[in-house]
Order: sequence, then C-alpha cells, then structure tokens
Amino acid sequence: MLLFIEQVLNGLQLGFMLFLLSAGLTLVFGVMNLINLAHGSFYMVGAYVAATVMLATGSFTLALLLALLSAALCGLLVEIIVLRHLYQRDHLDQVLATFGLILFFNETTRMIWGRQPLFMDVPEAFAGSVEILPGVPYPLYRLLIIGIGLLVAGGLYLLISHTRLGMRIRAGASNRSMVAALGVNIRWLYSLVFALGALLAGFAGVMAAPVFAVESGMGESILILTFVVIVIGGIGSVKGALLGALLVGLVDTLGRAFLPDLLQWLFATPTANSIAASLASMAIYLLMAVILAFKPRGLFPA
Amino acid sequence: MSEIVLHTDKLCKSYAGLRANHNLDLQLLRGEIHALIGPNGAGKSTAIAQLSGELAPSSGRIFFNERDMTSLPVHKRARMGIARSFQVSSVFDEMTILQNLALAVQAHHGHSFRFWSNINRHRSFNQQAHALAEQFGLEQLQDVLAGELGHGEKRQLEVAMTLAGDPQVLLLDEPMAGIGPGGSKNLTRLLDGLRGRYSILLVEHDMDAVFSLADRISVLVYGEIIATGSVQEIRDNPAVQQAYLGESEESAHAQA
Repeated sequence: MLLFIEQVLNGLQLGFMLFLLSAGLTLVFGVMNLINLAHGSFYMVGAYVAATVMLATGSFTLALLLALLSAALCGLLVEIIVLRHLYQRDHLDQVLATFGLILFFNETTRMIWGRQPLFMDVPEAFAGSVEILPGVPYPLYRLLIIGIGLLVAGGLYLLISHTRLGMRIRAGASNRSMVAALGVNIRWLYSLVFALGALLAGFAGVMAAPVFAVESGMGESILILTFVVIVIGGIGSVKGALLGALLVGLVDTLGRAFLPDLLQWLFATPTANSIAASLASMAIYLLMAVILAFKPRGLFPA
Repeated sequence: MSEIVLHTDKLCKSYAGLRANHNLDLQLLRGEIHALIGPNGAGKSTAIAQLSGELAPSSGRIFFNERDMTSLPVHKRARMGIARSFQVSSVFDEMTILQNLALAVQAHHGHSFRFWSNINRHRSFNQQAHALAEQFGLEQLQDVLAGELGHGEKRQLEVAMTLAGDPQVLLLDEPMAGIGPGGSKNLTRLLDGLRGRYSILLVEHDMDAVFSLADRISVLVYGEIIATGSVQEIRDNPAVQQAYLGESEESAHAQA
C-alpha cells in the first residue's frame, strides 16, 4: 500500500512534467496547426541553462529565471526565423523542417557543453524529504514538481478562459482569418503563443534537470510521450493535455512498478519479468489505442 | 459626386499565369451600397480578399481615404476602418453571441497591453456588445453559443461583428448565401438600415437583395469590370445582359 502511494505520486510527478511539455505543444498545434518536433529542444535548452547557471552561481532562482528566459527567447527566434513561414505549408514540410531544428539544437548543445551529460543538484531548499504519511517519506523536490504542475495548470486555465489574450487565442484557434479581419495582429499573437509554449517546455526542462541527466538529445525521448499525451487528450485542448499527461504518467509509472508482481501470479518469475518489461513499455500505447478506439479525436476534441 | 472612400487603381491578381483579376478600377463612395456581381469564378472573392489585405495584389494599388494601403496587413486595415464578413460563416462557435461581439469590440483596442485583465470586467466592451446584439435583434439569444444558432442568425451575428470596430467600410462577401428567402429578407432589411452610415461593398448572388439594396452595381466578368452604374443602368446594359443576366433571366437571348 505504501509503495502504491509512492508510485502514484511518482506517476503524478511524471504526469505534471509531461503536462508542462504538452500544454505548449497542443496549443501550437491547435492554434497554428503546426507540428513542431523541435518542442523537446526547448525542454533541453531549459535544462542545460538551468544546470549551467546552478553550477556557476548556486542560485536556483537565478537558474530558473534564466532558463525560462532562454527557452522563451529560443522559441521566439525559431518562430520568427523558421516556423512563421511554414504555417501555410503541409504537415510533412513542417515535420521535415522541425526535424532539422532538432539536429541543429542537439549539435549546438554538443558544441557548447560537450558530450558528457551535466548533472544538477536538487536545490538545497527542496532537498530532503517529507513524511506524507506516517512512515512514508517522499522527496520534497518531487512534490514541488507536482505543486508547480498544479499551479501552471490553474494559471493556464485562468489565462485561456478569463483573459483577453486567452479569448484571442481561442478565437485564433478556431478561425485565423476572422480574427485578423477583426483587427488582431495574428503574427504577433502566434509568436506570443509559441514563446509561451517554449517557456513551459523550458520549465519542464528545469524541473527535470535534477531528476534526469542533462544531455544532448534528452528532448526526443520525452517528446514521444508528449505526442502520445496530446493525441490522447485531443489535439489543441489544454484540458485534454492535463488529463492525458496524468493518465500517461500514471499508467507508465504504475505499469513499470506493478506489472512484474501481477504477472508473477500467472507465470514463473523470469518469464513474468520479461513479459512485464515489454508490456510496461507498451502500456501507454495500448492506452492510446483503447482511447482512440472509443474517442477517435481524443478525450477533449478541440 | 460624393467623396471616394476606397478605390483601386489597375488592381491585378494572377495565379501562375491564371488571371483572377485584371486592371480593376473600383470606386466605393462614402455612404453608398455598392454591389459587386458576376458569375462564379469572376474574381469577386479575390477582389474582397485584396481589399481586406488577405491577398497581395500582383500589381496595382489600393487607396483608402486617399492613403495608399496596398501593402498594409489585414489587422492594420481592420483597425483603420475596413471590416469584412466571410462567404463561409466565421463566427466563433464555442463562444456565446455576447462573447463573439465582445471579442470583436476588444480586438480593435489591440494596442493596449492589458492582456491579462479579466474579460468580464470590461464593462464598456460588454455594453457595446450588448448594444450591437440589440441592434441586430439578437438580444434574446445573447447567451446562446454561436454554434447553436441557425444559419441566418449566424449571418446576422457576423454582420454585427463587422460593425464592432466602428468601421467606415464594410466588405460583405455573399452574406445571403445559404440562408433561405426568409433569412435573406431579414438581412436585407438590416443592411438597408445601415445605409448612409457605412460604405458597403456587397458581393452577392441573390439578385432580389442586390436590386433592392444597391445604390450602384459593378459587374465583374472574367476578372474585369465590364460595367458600373445604377440598378437601372445595369439592367439596361446590353453587355451585362449578354454576359451575366442573360444566363438566368433571359434565356431566349442567350440561346440566340
């Protein structure tokens, strides 16, 4: 039971991190109809900048601020220089161009930081663990990730459904030409949405830096999960991204943790372990297949 | 002659050699309802798209109040006072009527950077939105989602939205399309009520609406304007009869 609670928390933590990544991706897809494979690169930029600043200054606050700023700035530049010209093109062109961006970003980080992964310590203020239940300690930093994910989800909800900017974003997602005809500078709106998405991805990168290794190419493995999340949630829906991210986080984590034990009821230990390992890595794709079978456009089609 | 609000000078648009518009000289006078008619594929929607800024002309210039605005983007023209409606209903289905109108009102205040301010607190935006709903007979429906409206009501809402920024010029692209005779009559009455206050360029296939609304008509055939004049002048123009009206009204002439 205690192990279960711990694993659920781990699942939520992965889920909220995926949410930070997928919120931006789904907005960009929903509003601009752009497939951005390079979204993981902003995550990587966030992680690298945070790790570097943290090593140099020891200040987590400064690391966080600079990382967010760099990720958003990278996003803005990429949008203005490359992606702006691709909105009217078909998805294959976008995939090709953004794949090129992945190579560019990965190679650039290798040139700047080298091939060795960086490691970032958990900031001192959040080191250690708290007892969430009597006798169950849990790392404070992982709880922080969950808390921040909740805050960002709440903030995005307020932004999108209760502000003028949010109203324009929603309107822009449903009809670009009408929004422009009403007098909204759609180019600027797109740049802003894109930078916001990059900033959230960078945020995920900062949170991930002390948990995973910071290395070139770290964006791609998580990007696949992120795409699963937005497909499950319904492309363009931030609400869907939240639910999808939590589902994927929980299914992935719990699957890896408990499938071996469950299968031991059926098979001998070595067989159970090997089946469990392959099932666990398939679990989220099975989840996606089942959800798409019943809801072909995802949980919250936008 | 009254003052010219919007005019084009030898406006052309071609796509890979295919001529959509050729040497268009169109003059919209202040306060008039000017209908632009022509067979399908004559280049009417292309003309609207060029005037609103969605399509860059291949050559030629566009002037608004004597100012050259050929290279201005859509949103700048909109803020200067050129509003448009679309052939396909373009209201925001997942917002209520009032929200649609409020969005249209606040879109024109784009220079203020108070983005995060709560939409519902903007009393003046909502008041203007409410007034527009009332003007178009939509006040009973103002909390209904636009997606749940009938086609005719969507059209009414869309025209109401074009008025939100207090424009000088309205470019209406087939507002009567697909709304049936009843809806068409209703919308004709509403547009008639706007006469004199706005300069309206009306692209329309519904000839009853055109003949009852238009102060002047221009006829576009194969991307060129073949005639401009009053309703009577256009009815009497032999070139127009042959090229356009002949198709539907006087099939005897066409067969000859």
